[in-house]
Amino acid sequence: MSHGHVDHSGASHGSVKTYVIGFILSVILTVIPFALVMYPTLAPGVILISILALAVVQIIVHLVYFLHMNSSSEQRWNVMAFIFTILIIAIVVIGSLWIMFHLNHNMMRH
Amino acid sequence: MSSQTLNTQHAHAEEHEHHHDAESTKIFGFWIYLMTDCILFATIFATYAVLSTSFAGGPTGKDIFELDYVLGETFLLLFSSITYGMAMIAQHKGNKQGVLKWLAVTFLFGLGFIVMEVNEFYHLIHEGFGPDRSGFLSAFFTLVGTHGLHVTCGLIWMAVMMAQVASKGLTTTNNTRLMCLSLFWHFLDIVWICVFTVVYLMGVL
Repeated sequence: MSHGHVDHSGASHGSVKTYVIGFILSVILTVIPFALVMYPTLAPGVILISILALAVVQIIVHLVYFLHMNSSSEQRWNVMAFIFTILIIAIVVIGSLWIMFHLNHNMMRH
Repeated sequence: MSSQTLNTQHAHAEEHEHHHDAESTKIFGFWIYLMTDCILFATIFATYAVLSTSFAGGPTGKDIFELDYVLGETFLLLFSSITYGMAMIAQHKGNKQGVLKWLAVTFLFGLGFIVMEVNEFYHLIHEGFGPDRSGFLSAFFTLVGTHGLHVTCGLIWMAVMMAQVASKGLTTTNNTRLMCLSLFWHFLDIVWICVFTVVYLMGVL
């Protein structure tokens, strides 16, 4: 997992090669989900899971090739802060959806 | 004389080290800011997800979203990401003209994105599908508008950076600022991946 030169600031600089690889992967990972939805041939459930999975993969591609996140020691605190943020995001998003859909359900007239 | 030179060199090296530390702390601080911005977007995404079916008899995502248009916007942002990358490579090589050229190209792609978004908003509001129409549209305008506002701020910052690099060159301070703007710009592209997936693709599905 070496992506360009890392300096002590914890921020690394990519090379033309890493940017081009990141760009090509991003284009592929953008065109596929749009094509799946614009020309639907699969079941909606399958399309939904596919586009969510492709979005996650593309986010990882951006983090690695554009934001140059890696497992080097200079990056430790950046990655720590990021993982903590993911945890907070998961609590906020999943928690909100969980509460609100139960609320809708319980407020329905039976 | 020689000891004096040594001392000066030593002092210089210390100063350099100090500089370096301060710069990396700035970049880490900016990273922390971006993480808090992530949480801001997460709350807006959660709001959107909750309200995404509250149509109030108004239009649904299927009625108002044009995916080929959104694909165009997405490509403008993607192009701007790689061109900013080229600006950072030029900066690393100390190529001032290269930095200015690539920043200008990035600025134009970003501006194209904002123009397309404002155009989309204008048409929706013109057709009576403004943020006051339904809960779904309120959440849509809040989420997409907040991202657009961030991109606009990024464009203003980029214009300021072009002026500073043009007048003062690639100084340590400017390089740190360019690095922070790089993080900001790529971060906005990541947020847009979530926007086109959750809002547009899932809205049409």
